[in-house]
Amino acid sequence: MHVPDGFFDAPVSLGAGVVAAAGIGLSLRGARRELDDRTAPLAGLTAAFIFAAQMINFPVAAGTSGHLMGGALAAILVGPYTGVLCVSVVLLIQMFFADGGVTAYGINVTLMGIVSVAVGYGIFRLLMGVLPKTRSSVTAAAFAGGLVSVPASALAFVGLFALGGTADLSLGAVATAMLGVHVLIGIGEGVITAVTVGSIAAVRPDLVHGVNLTPATPLEVRTGARTSGEVSA
Amino acid sequence: MTKHPAASGEATPQTQQTPQTPRGARKAAPPSRRFFAVFLLVAVIVAGFVSFYASASPDGLTKVAEDKGFASQEKDHGLKDSPLGDYGVKGVDDERLSGGLAGVIGVGLTLAVGGGLFWVVRRRSPSSKSPNSKSPSSE
Repeated sequence: MHVPDGFFDAPVSLGAGVVAAAGIGLSLRGARRELDDRTAPLAGLTAAFIFAAQMINFPVAAGTSGHLMGGALAAILVGPYTGVLCVSVVLLIQMFFADGGVTAYGINVTLMGIVSVAVGYGIFRLLMGVLPKTRSSVTAAAFAGGLVSVPASALAFVGLFALGGTADLSLGAVATAMLGVHVLIGIGEGVITAVTVGSIAAVRPDLVHGVNLTPATPLEVRTGARTSGEVSA
Repeated sequence: MTKHPAASGEATPQTQQTPQTPRGARKAAPPSRRFFAVFLLVAVIVAGFVSFYASASPDGLTKVAEDKGFASQEKDHGLKDSPLGDYGVKGVDDERLSGGLAGVIGVGLTLAVGGGLFWVVRRRSPSSKSPNSKSPSSE
């Protein structure tokens, strides 16, 4: 869903740039609480992994493909604020690969960073609130978060297009087309998100932000020198 | 009892307020290195090798833009002629090599920029701050 240059007029591109800058600024502050000596390297690797995964376009319908966005994945692995930053970094690097417009950077950060993290992580948290606290719940909630985040971003695209798209089109038609294909891509997003989160939660649950939602720092657990041997070896 | 400036090795009894030694051990030993290595390896393999087999069909947005007739609004990318433009390394002709190399470079760049940013932003654990604290008995 990388938006190229030219799809949006200057005001919307600029406005989205302001939204993106505010989102990144807020995330820089919030990420401080999510990142420590252990999770900072994981966050860097998560961004690198998302870059890699975004290279894998999978077919979704006749002559159409899609790839991971990664907002939900990053948010579940390393936290929502850091997740926004992960996607923003990936989008920045991708500009040097001529992927995603330069003037559209703010739009892309807004759609794939902010909206997909907010919706994907929101759904994940919502489900974790009602599901039993098991690893399969984490995987299922990750699937749902990933799945919904993609059509949500597509809808946000349509909203921006209504405000300042450079073509005069029936919004209904654009919305229907965008939603249809992005629900399919969302299934792929959900699968990749669930498999990745599930695999990491299986070997290192202590590293998955979405597993340890109680923010007691994992470091304290170690200091407790096995007296509270609760930690899931 | 504070008069042992020369006893560099034995000076520790001074620091009574810190409970025990496990402190030093706790930040030195997160056994995450192997996990991180595997995670990075997966990313490198995906970007460097698997990416060759990715679908070449237009992605969802591109397809919709084509079908609905606004694809023509797209402008040339400002960094079209970047040495890594379109996920290939300029000057490397073999398609598989060029794309794979570009992918690995991208993973490295993302890790460097992202990892650097997150390392700077992270919250410092209190014990990691004072490797060169003033010698305890000087005041």
